[in-house]
Amino acid sequence: MTENPNDPGLPEERVPRRVLGTPPPGNGSALGAPVADAEPIVHEGVQFPDPATARKGERAAALLFLVAFLAGVGFVAAYVIFQVGSIDKVATSNMALGGTLAVALLALAAGIVVWVRMMMPKYSLVQERHTMASPPAVREEIGATFLQGANESGFVKYKLLRRTLLLAAAPLGLLPLVLLKDLGPLPGTTLRHTVWKKGMRLIVEGTGEPIRAADFNSPGGILSIVPEGHEDDLNALAKATLILIKFRPEDIKPGTKLNWTHDSIVAYSKICTHVGCPAALYEQTTHHILCPCHQSTFDAADGAKVIFGPAARPLPQLPISVDSQGYLIAQSDFAVPVGPSFWERGDAEAEARARGQA
Amino acid sequence: MSLDAPPKAIAGPSSFIDDRIGAGNFLKRNLRKVFPDHWSFLLGEIALYSFVILLLTGTFLTFFYKPGMGEVAYQGSYPPLVGVHMSEAYASTLHITFDVRGGLLIRQIHHWAALLFVAGMMVHMLRVFFTGAYRKPRELNWLIGVLLLTLALLEGLTGYSLPDDLLSGAGLRITQGVAISIPVVGTYISFFLFGGEYPGHDVISRFYSLHILLIPGILLALISAHLILMWVQKHTQMPGKGRTDTNVVGAPFYPSFMAKSGAYFLFTFGVLALLGTVAQINPIWLFGPYTPADISAGSQPDFYMGFLEGALRIMPAWEINFLGYTLPLSVLIPALVPMGIIMTGLALYPFAEQWITGDKREHHLADRPRNNPHRTSIGMAAITFYGVLWLLGANDWISAKFHIPLYTTTEIGRVAIFLGPALAYFVTYRLCIALQRRDADVVSHGVESGVIKRLPSGEYIEVHVPPAEDLVEHMRGKQPIPAITAGPDGEGIPSNGMRSPIGRVRAKLSQTYAADTEAISLDGHGNGHGAHETPPAAVGAGEDGQKSIGH
Amino acid sequence: MNSITARRRHPLARYAVLLLALSLLGGVYALLAPGGDRADAAIASGKADDVAAGKDLFAAHCASCHGLNAEGTYSSGGASGPSLIGVGAAAVDFQVSSGRMPFANPAPQAPRKRPPEWVNPTTVRQLAAYVQSLGGGPTKPSLEEVDPAKGDPAKGGELFRANCIQCHNFVGSGGGLTYGKYAPDLNPATPTQIYEAMATGPQAMPVFNDSTITPEQKRDMIAYIVTMREQTDPGGNGLGRIGPVTEGLVAWIAGIGLLILAAIWITAKKRQVTHD
Repeated sequence: MTENPNDPGLPEERVPRRVLGTPPPGNGSALGAPVADAEPIVHEGVQFPDPATARKGERAAALLFLVAFLAGVGFVAAYVIFQVGSIDKVATSNMALGGTLAVALLALAAGIVVWVRMMMPKYSLVQERHTMASPPAVREEIGATFLQGANESGFVKYKLLRRTLLLAAAPLGLLPLVLLKDLGPLPGTTLRHTVWKKGMRLIVEGTGEPIRAADFNSPGGILSIVPEGHEDDLNALAKATLILIKFRPEDIKPGTKLNWTHDSIVAYSKICTHVGCPAALYEQTTHHILCPCHQSTFDAADGAKVIFGPAARPLPQLPISVDSQGYLIAQSDFAVPVGPSFWERGDAEAEARARGQA
Repeated sequence: MSLDAPPKAIAGPSSFIDDRIGAGNFLKRNLRKVFPDHWSFLLGEIALYSFVILLLTGTFLTFFYKPGMGEVAYQGSYPPLVGVHMSEAYASTLHITFDVRGGLLIRQIHHWAALLFVAGMMVHMLRVFFTGAYRKPRELNWLIGVLLLTLALLEGLTGYSLPDDLLSGAGLRITQGVAISIPVVGTYISFFLFGGEYPGHDVISRFYSLHILLIPGILLALISAHLILMWVQKHTQMPGKGRTDTNVVGAPFYPSFMAKSGAYFLFTFGVLALLGTVAQINPIWLFGPYTPADISAGSQPDFYMGFLEGALRIMPAWEINFLGYTLPLSVLIPALVPMGIIMTGLALYPFAEQWITGDKREHHLADRPRNNPHRTSIGMAAITFYGVLWLLGANDWISAKFHIPLYTTTEIGRVAIFLGPALAYFVTYRLCIALQRRDADVVSHGVESGVIKRLPSGEYIEVHVPPAEDLVEHMRGKQPIPAITAGPDGEGIPSNGMRSPIGRVRAKLSQTYAADTEAISLDGHGNGHGAHETPPAAVGAGEDGQKSIGH
Repeated sequence: MNSITARRRHPLARYAVLLLALSLLGGVYALLAPGGDRADAAIASGKADDVAAGKDLFAAHCASCHGLNAEGTYSSGGASGPSLIGVGAAAVDFQVSSGRMPFANPAPQAPRKRPPEWVNPTTVRQLAAYVQSLGGGPTKPSLEEVDPAKGDPAKGGELFRANCIQCHNFVGSGGGLTYGKYAPDLNPATPTQIYEAMATGPQAMPVFNDSTITPEQKRDMIAYIVTMREQTDPGGNGLGRIGPVTEGLVAWIAGIGLLILAAIWITAKKRQVTHD
């Protein structure tokens, strides 16, 4: 049945049976005696390849190992020869380093496979399995030991000890949670406001310049807008970024709040009401604003109401006007929280309507 | 020439160690441990070795990477970004790419290894599922595997965000949008995670500690446990000659399996190095630095997060407002339900199957997928469910490259997510049954030889020859799926438990799960198991048996 | 990938680019030397004979959709086209030189294609002059205004990321829009066409007029787009430069595929002839 010498059914003796002072068994090696019991090399389940195949395999494997060696040396050479510091140099270096590394590894792998397949025996060894469960006697003994230990410890007997111990452990379990409190401030009402306020100028993203209404005069135009003084403040931008769209007057539909526009220029929050990606793909023919993340689509001509996709609310509109120099400014902050929905948000649109802000 | 005594260089240290920890006994039992041979048994090693390579390449990257969100003006070797304001994290990733020799290669190998880590886990998991290798006694290892997969997704997500480029920032933004949508605690989770408002100044360094310390630590512990359990329980084997539930047939660990495994590690590393050389991955210099104001068309997550992205995309706009609170179902459902269905389904499947079949035995012989048609069909339905979501995660590219209107892809997805799995179930089931019948045919009538023979009666037949013995043994390895017919005590009267409504459902499920497989017998003829159900089509030219030779 | 992008990393590509740049430079010189500014002005205002020739071309090739006087037509289901009064010479040059117009088949969007036989720089100039004469509008930029070498790619990159990538992707590979429309790949577009597209807002694209995005800023963006287009992919094949979708495909098909082949090789058994 089982030919291999390593019978797994050995008793669970972890400690070698040795008497102190005696020499270790196996002539001084953990690898066992030098084939002392003359275990025959060839036995059933182990079929050696014929010598011709083995020799062929040896040549092939040796060739592959040689290739691996050369490629390995090549890697070191490539590291020394090819410097980085420009795109093209990096391309060359990457090709040289990666190429030599890949060849070295793959040749080595292939060589070993050739070795295993052509030179090592074909094995069909059989090893017995045993059920994983311990014998009932062992289980019983462990059960008894457990009870013995439990009783010896007095944990069952002494109620006061047990209860105070549990009591002592309870707050300790909470400590890590308490410690996490200072990870961040509490939300408060910060999500309901942005940095926009009355009179703040609209700045064109990328150019950093304010914009005159008179200059934004081509219908079908769109600009990405950031608040003045917060051009590099990512926290502010994550809520306050706008898209500014110039319409033909006749294109604007009733959903858009006209007294929040100026000369058919409308400003919407750029932050999608779904999960907060910048919704910025604008089609001037259909007036669609499309969010590239999950394809929520808003009708910019009609108050940015949702016409497709997972967003549930329109993009909030920012009231805008112009200052004395003709630059576009905000009339106030948004009437409703911008960006993705959250638990405490509630129906802010209805509240805004009730306040008469919409 | 052969060795007749262990060389000194090995014998000396071995004795030193054995004298101190007594490793000899362990080695004696395990050096020649037998491992069965099948190509699909190596799939898990893809994940294992990818993890090793991830640790190695990741360590290299930490030497140069700076997990900071402070703003710097880039002054490195990539001209189109010189002078552009960006975070330290992004600038240091550019530095690794363009100013460290081998930096780009290691970065690319790291990213490819991350993809192969998850992909390797997935194919390994599918192999285990379809061969029933999760059955008793391996349920614990299966659970560890499910945990590993979940952690790998988390590890991927945190790592993907670290370069702080425009693409990964979009992923982070979506993560935040999902976190903040959680009822009651969402805003708190978001504020604690980001150290205040999104994006804040903390998330990169926090993700960094999670990515390089906490999650890999847990992964390492679980992977070790996974391997130890595999070692202790011994590997399952495919059915075949001489292979039973109580033995394992194969090659010894030393030297054969050791060499093969070593070679496979080198193959994995080699393929990763090759990919890192010839295929550019995550070219962050093209994306630009992150700002919450900008986004690129076709922003996608890495493939393993694609199914979540797809789920978010096909969801209709559902949102509930009540009592001044908001429940954003259009975020919550896609973010939690598909992941929940897949991970919970995976975790519970071994136990559900045990409950349905009432099978409490140990199994060490793998099932061929066709021999358990319902399991295989459930698996294919799950793959389809996942696949539809995954595909929909790239619907903008599908739309742009194949010129299908964007909304059409979404609407197809909304239907396919329900129809696809059902269809996959049905098709797979029929295929399994058909394949079983072909097996039965091969076993009983042999294989077609391509030789046409004319009988004295004038009839032409094709000569069948007996199939190779190992193939027949492989096919005969089919085991019937047990079913609960009556009470657990085997008497004809149903037990009380089985008479309850749940019990009746269980019995019904059990009957269905086992049905149709006993009908197709592989024991040759007439062992009583409805041989009449074998349809004529499977039998060949006519009256069965007569015309095959060598039978 | 079109043939130009596919070949741009060919070893000879840099010489070809150099040659092209040299001839372009020569062309620019030739054009500018005999009072190029005046010539441009003539086109802008619509030189009389160009306008007349353009009117004939318009009647032959454009009027069926845009109306005999470019006033636009509408017929449900039939050929219809918008009014071209005020779209300017730049719009004509963009649409016709890129082959988008004349519009061949009904589709949500006119695709870039090979222009028909009659289209050449002269006919385009004449057609543009005619449309320009109808109601003004953005004019064709001079070669200097679109010369990528004169732009600042780093500044252009910031503007490109703020204004363009949401539709055209981070290197201009394009992307999908609603109802079958799409943002096209920018790689085949010439610098002049890129400029004209920004100035005129063709089809669904928004307009970026000169008072919001100045000509210099447009040139910076062109410089960035051209830099990206010509830039080597240092990490190997760019995989279409569309991000993780193709990366995932490669990981599964090449990565897992190769490793499965390796696993099969490692474990494959030669079928034994003798059974013991």
